[in-house]
Parts: sequence; structure tokens; C-alpha cells
Amino acid sequence: MRAAVIVFPGSNCDRDVAVALEQASGRPPKMVWHKDAVLPALDLIVLPGGFSYGDYLRSGAMAARSPVLAAVVASAKRGVPVLGICNGFQVLTECGLLPGVLMPNAGLRFVCRDVFLKVETTDSAFTLGYTEGNVVRLPVAHGDGNYFADTEILDRLEGEGRVAFRYVDSEGCRSVGANPNGSMNDIAGVLSESRTVLGLMPHPERLADSRLGGDDGRVMFDALAALETT
Amino acid sequence: MTEPRITVEMAEEHGIAPDEWQAVLRILNREPNFTELGIFSAMWSEHCSYKSSKKWLKTLPTSAPWVIQGPGENAGVVDIGGGLAAVFKMESHNHPSFIEPYQGAATGVGGILRDVFTMGARPIANLNALRFGRPKHEMTRHLVSGVVAGIGGYGNCIGVPTVGGECQFDAAYDGNILVNAMTVGIASVDRIFYSAAAGVGLPLVYVGSKTGRDGIHGATMASAEFDANSESKRPTVQVGDPFTEKLLLEACLELMATDAIVAIQDMGAAGLTSSSFEMASKGGVGIDMNLNSVPTREQSMTPYEIMLSESQERMLMVLKPGREDEVRKIFEKWDLDVSVIGRTTDTKRMILYMDGVVVADLPIDPLAEAAPEYDRPWTLTKAPAPLDLASIVAPTDPLVPLMELVGSPNLCSKRWVWEQYDHMVMADTVVRPGGDAAVVRIHGSNRGLAISSDCNPHYCQAHPETGGAQAVVEAWRNLTAVGARPLAVTDNLNFGNPQKPEIMGQIVGCVTGMGAACRALDFPVVSGNVSLYNETEGRAILPTPVIGAVGLIDDLDCIVTLPFKVAGESIVLIGDTAGHLGCSSYLRIIEGRGDGPPPPINLSAEKRNGDLVRSIIHSGLVTACHDISDGGIAVAVAEMAMPAAIGATLSVPDDAGMPSHAWLYGEDQARYLVTTKDASVVLSRAAADGVPAVQIGMTGGKAIIIDGAGSVALSDLTDAHEGWFPSFMTP
Repeated sequence: MRAAVIVFPGSNCDRDVAVALEQASGRPPKMVWHKDAVLPALDLIVLPGGFSYGDYLRSGAMAARSPVLAAVVASAKRGVPVLGICNGFQVLTECGLLPGVLMPNAGLRFVCRDVFLKVETTDSAFTLGYTEGNVVRLPVAHGDGNYFADTEILDRLEGEGRVAFRYVDSEGCRSVGANPNGSMNDIAGVLSESRTVLGLMPHPERLADSRLGGDDGRVMFDALAALETT
Repeated sequence: MTEPRITVEMAEEHGIAPDEWQAVLRILNREPNFTELGIFSAMWSEHCSYKSSKKWLKTLPTSAPWVIQGPGENAGVVDIGGGLAAVFKMESHNHPSFIEPYQGAATGVGGILRDVFTMGARPIANLNALRFGRPKHEMTRHLVSGVVAGIGGYGNCIGVPTVGGECQFDAAYDGNILVNAMTVGIASVDRIFYSAAAGVGLPLVYVGSKTGRDGIHGATMASAEFDANSESKRPTVQVGDPFTEKLLLEACLELMATDAIVAIQDMGAAGLTSSSFEMASKGGVGIDMNLNSVPTREQSMTPYEIMLSESQERMLMVLKPGREDEVRKIFEKWDLDVSVIGRTTDTKRMILYMDGVVVADLPIDPLAEAAPEYDRPWTLTKAPAPLDLASIVAPTDPLVPLMELVGSPNLCSKRWVWEQYDHMVMADTVVRPGGDAAVVRIHGSNRGLAISSDCNPHYCQAHPETGGAQAVVEAWRNLTAVGARPLAVTDNLNFGNPQKPEIMGQIVGCVTGMGAACRALDFPVVSGNVSLYNETEGRAILPTPVIGAVGLIDDLDCIVTLPFKVAGESIVLIGDTAGHLGCSSYLRIIEGRGDGPPPPINLSAEKRNGDLVRSIIHSGLVTACHDISDGGIAVAVAEMAMPAAIGATLSVPDDAGMPSHAWLYGEDQARYLVTTKDASVVLSRAAADGVPAVQIGMTGGKAIIIDGAGSVALSDLTDAHEGWFPSFMTP
């Protein structure tokens, strides 16, 4: 599997996701600098967490207009899977590869803690290793994770089974306390129409190693490691 | 350009005392100009010169076979094996955080991060020790909210996990909060960078953010007491830009992989002044600097402003000749400013030019090394009278106070704070906040560092020497309790006005106690910071010598954590219990009084008991461990029970020889609680080492039960423990 991690100035989970990818696939991903306008042939592109360009404007807004993003969008349109984690999810909504926006958390504070997620679909390269309806535990760490979209978009996302993960409690039930940011429909991650682009706020790379207290995230990277050039 | 005429009054406004003014005249053989006066003021401020504390700091032990660099550099360095070193320091940002909590705290984090990566280390963990005024004070909520957001805002953005710390409240901090930030980094032992600018004719290079008019004279402000007009000092607080610091961090580490750098120093307190003087002084050289080459953010900045600006995210370096282009290439990749602003010389003088004219000409050593040093008069703090145990009425149910203690501002869960800090970025946080010590993996290995910060200011107030020693032993115990081998400490000494003999007495007492404990435990001080004049309208803070400690874990498979693991395990108490309630949390919170002496420290018992605990942890005999500190045995048991939702049944030993509330809540030192599947092995190992140990109960159930005395439901305790902070912040 040939993966690339896009590194923006201010990315800070680029190394973490590279470690998780290498652990799963045995092959280090290519680290691609934001000023590079050309991408090599790839099986997976990852937009990592962090604060691209400082996120002093709307989170992800500057990165969405960086030189490398045009190449990422073009690759995505050709069907190369793209995974956006946290700031990467924000970039994906800002560049239009995913619908909706990520607003400041309802509590207006940054929140870093483990959350429980219900796997809502296994129909994607990212989630096929999970069992539909199962509850997994992953950490969140963000200030702007409050997913918002209008009713029409939400209806489409729900109707097409494009909500990949939803915040729930440890028993799998939805509740106000289980949702760390106030997102609509308790959405934690969504897929593109083609199901080849996934954006999610939780960090699978942070619990992909049982030494760190859990490995529910590893399932995603193991599944992605099997991706082969078509 | 006209500069103000210099008068003695102006010198005094710059914090230069009359006798120091005479010294200035002696050194220069003339009156200084305005720029020079500003430079003297910054260099001789308490913050930069340690003039009141130096005499006593010299008494601290600073060496051990594993110490690579002790105090005097940007941070301390200890060898952690495998060709790696841990680089760490703690620093205060108290005054600015009170004036502007978000930016004050944020730039405190930025400053300490730079101290660590300046030495060639990648920062891997941040901690912070916070002290606020009483919760009811009108400013407290605003300050807590701003400081926590500021620390998070900086650390989260730069991507270094904030893994631990402390947060306490007391009326003594109403007018002077404490914000102490610590960073730990990892470097290769053969690639550590220092600040001595040895060599003549070498380029002096400025990198990072542009220089603005922010933070001018921050170091002088941080060396003065507050009064009613302190709010007007807001312009002296700097504004942080963690994004630029992230770029600076990556650019510096990229450059440090080459051999272009001779010396490097971050621009912290007193900005370009203190960084250039320190580099020149340590290298025994002079510097010619052209201030027109300094990148500035605003127009028409004066030499005075350029030299004293505390704009953040800047570094100064001396390069090998001819390497300027290499540096330029790296920094331009990261979109950062680079400018050659001067050269080293053999004059041992700092000569500043602007528009081709000399604007300052100062000898380096008299400013940097011959800064004033005072032996300030001090009075010994009077030892408190012993506590009359009979004056403390026994509670009808000995567990009722437990609920009040775990739900009190100082002993409650600080989850509200640390959930605003990204404590997992870098994906190496093995033990998260909330335990005795955080554990961070050394990237790519099965080894780790344990990190903790500690101080009980009430002990320090009652008996400084005991309190200073206790801060050290508690930090050492916290590292031990996860199974780490304690290596070294950094200290952050926060006190009032040292010109008052009773405050100076607190400093002398605390440093003496710290020194004794550090020596006994082979736990040297490798870096530190002093913050004095923490007073408002004559009222001083509690003496607060915060200890930040680092320990090594050779095998992450051999650590233990604080929560109970399963029901049905034995709970063993290690160490002697005398029921010491003087100066305790029980006395303060339940009885509303703070009298009595703090618990005595027995350094050989600390060493013996701690060594045993570490050894039984490494033998795999221990499933959970917690050091016993504030609130005694009862609070320690509750803290182990709550996160696991596993209760405990305890029995006060028949031969305890004291009332049950003294046994439960006494704060005797050198003690730990461990859980084990096999109490008899633990007890015999303890007996063999001459360590007092007794089984006091079993884990299990959903309550904490004292045989024959009462019980309290774990869910009620947890609600109280987790509830205080959120309900305080969101009334």
C-alpha cells in the first residue's frame, strides 16, 4: 500500500498517523510538503490532525487553498481514498470533498478525551474491518468539531448510509453527554458520495497501540493496509 | 533621534536601586544613555540576575553521574541511556498571567518550550503547576478560565502533549496567581546545543518572528510587586503565536541536524538584550550588532525598544563562518525571518549601531556576570506549636469528612482542566493526567519517562525547611509510585518580596530543606527559575517552591497505575502511620484551621520505603500503587477506587493507638498504598528490608467501608469529586 501524509505548516499529528500506517502496512508513508503541487501514484492520502497554518482563520480554510490541495482533490476525484482526521476533516469540508462544516464545540472549549463511537457502516475501505453496530473507543482532541449541515444534506447523508461513526455512550446509546461537541445527529465522521473519502473528528491513530490504552483505531489502518493499486 | 535625559529618578523607575546606580556609574565611568539604562535594568532585574536567591541556590546539589548539564543553561540535561538525554526545565509566568491570563499563560508555555528545543531537544511533554486565589474571589473564575485556555491554546496548537500538573486555590493567591510551566524534551547526547558564543568574527543570526513593541520591560515588571494599578501593565504582556513557534521548532531541529550552529539562545525575558549578553558572556567574546538589521514589525522602533522587546518566537544564534545560506534556505522553507544582525568580536563589549551611529557601548562581563548579588537579611520562620490532638473532635462517622475532602476545591478532580489540554498528541502518552505521575514513552522504544510536579505551600508556610524537603520527597514518591527510577528535578521558587527578612527566611528555609532532600535521595537540581515579589499591597503568597521531577522507566511492561484493578485484592499500607494532622487538609477543610507543624520528613525512611515499592513493582507483585499525601489514607483509597469504580473495605488496625480520624486522614510521609494478589509476599519483602507494612483491607464492592464504623457509596464520592470543578466554572 502506497500512502502519503500531507504535511501542512502546523500539522502536528503527521508523525502519529505515519507510525500507525507503517505499523499496519510495514511501509512508511510518503510525507508530502504543502508546497508540492504534484502527487505520486498513491493508494491512500491522509490529511492529518493539527492546526494547519495556525487555523487563525476558520479551521482548515487556509489548507484547503494550499498548492497541494488541488492535487489531493484531483486524486480524490479519480477515486484515490482520502482520510481526513480532525484538522484533516476540517480541510475536507473546507475544500468541498465532504459536505457540511465543523463549527466551534457547543461547550466553546477544547476537549481531549476518549469517546465511544458506533460504527454505522462497514461499506467503505476505512470501516470494513469493523462490525456494523459495534461500539469502539477512540480519543477526540479538538476545539471545532461541531458538525453542521442543513436538513437536506443530513437527510442525504443518513439516507445513503454515509454517516460512518456516531458518538454514543459505552452502551451504544445516543445521549447529550456522549457527544463531546454538539454535532448534529451526533455525527463523528462522514463519507463522500463515492464512499472513498472519510472525514472524522476522533483520532484512530492515537489508539492503534495497546500500550497507549486501546487499539480500536488499528482496525482502520489494518483495513487500509490491504488497499492495492487498481 | 532624541532620547530622554537620564536622571537618578529615571533609574529608580527602571528598578535600579541607588547603590546599583552607583555601580552603573563605576562600570561605565559615565552616565548611561537611555538605551543603556534599559539594558542595565533588564540584566540586573531579579528575574534575569537571581540577585537575591543566588547565594542560596548555590547550596543545592546539582551533580550526579547521569547529569550532563546542571543549572546555568537554558535547561537541565540528564543522560537516560541509549544515547539519549532528557532536557527539562520549569519556569514561571506569574505576573503576566495575572494581568492577561490567556496570553500570559500561553507565552509561559511558549517560553519554556523554546528553552528546551534551543538545546536541541524535541519537546515531548508539558506540565503546569497553577495556584489561584480563593474560589469565591471575584477574579478567580476569570483567571482560571483564561489561564487554562491559554495553556491549552499554545500547547495544543504546537502539538506537545500537556500530561500533568497541579491546580490549587488559596486566599493567599488572590492578588498573585502562580503559573509555572514545565517542558520535557529528548535529545541525542551527542547533539546538545549550548549558548556559549566562542569564536571571533562569527555571524550573529536572528531567526523567527519579527520584533514588535510588545512585552517591553516584562522582566522588570516580573520583578516588582503589584499595586492597585497593575491592570495598567497589560501592554508589558507579550502575545503568543504557537503556529510560528511550531515552525521555529521544526526549522531549528532541522538546522540542528547539520553542524552549522556554534551557539544558540532563545529570546525570552529581556529579549535581545539578555540573549546576546548571555551568549557573549559565556563565550568570552564581544558583539557588534546593527539594529537596522533586526526584523521589526513596526516602524521607527528605537534602540531601546528593539533591545527590550519581549516579542515571542525568536531565536539568536552564532554560526560557523559561511553557513548563512544554509540557514537561510531552511528558515525560508518554513516561512520564517532570518537576518544576520552582527558579528562576534574580541572586544568583550556589546556595541550597538543604528543608522551608522553607536547607540550603546557596554562592557559585557560587568553586566552579565558581575550583576549585583545580595546576601539579604533573613529571619528564621518560627516553628509552629505542636497540635493538640485532643482539640480535634472526632467525627461521628469517620467517613463523612471523606466526601467533603474529595469534593473540595484542592482535592477534587481536575478533569475540567486537563480535558482542555491535548494530552495524547505525539501518540506516546502511556499514563494520562490524573495519576501520581504521567508516563510518556520514549518514541520508538519500550522505555519511558515519568514526570510529576509537586508542592504543598501550607507545609512551606508553617515550616519552610520541612515544606521544601516535602516537595522534593513527594515528587520522588510520585515517580516511584509508577515504578520509575527518579533522576533529577527542576525547581520553580515562588515567593514574596525578598527584601522582607521573613520572606527571605522562607526562601532560605525552603531551599535548605530541598537541598537536604535532594542530597539524601540522590536527586539533583538541574535547572530552575525564581519568581519573587509575588505580593500585592504588601500581602505575600504562600511560599511555593514547586518541584518538577523526571524519572526513567527502563521497561514499560513494569509500570503500575493508580486505579484499583480487580475486586478481591489485598490493600497494603507501606510506611509508618503516626496520625499527623498538623497542617493537614483535614484540619483546613473539615475543621477550618491551619495550625500545627507539617508532618516531619524522615529522609532515610523515604529512601528505604520508596526503594522497596519500586522493587516490588518491578517484581510484578503490585497491581496498583498510590503515594499517600494530602488527605491521608482515606483520600488515597478513594482516589484509587473512584476511577475503577471498585470499592474497598478497610479496617483500622487494632494496635493503631490513635483515633480513627487521625489514622484515616493523617498526612505522615514516606507512605504508599499498593494492591496485590499476594499480600504475604509483599509483607515479607517489606519485613526483609526493614520497611513497616500492614494489610489494611481488600478491594471490592461499590463503596468504601470502614469495618464497624461506616460506609460511603463510591458513586456519591465520584459525584462530589468530579462535580466541584465543572459546577464552579459553570455556576
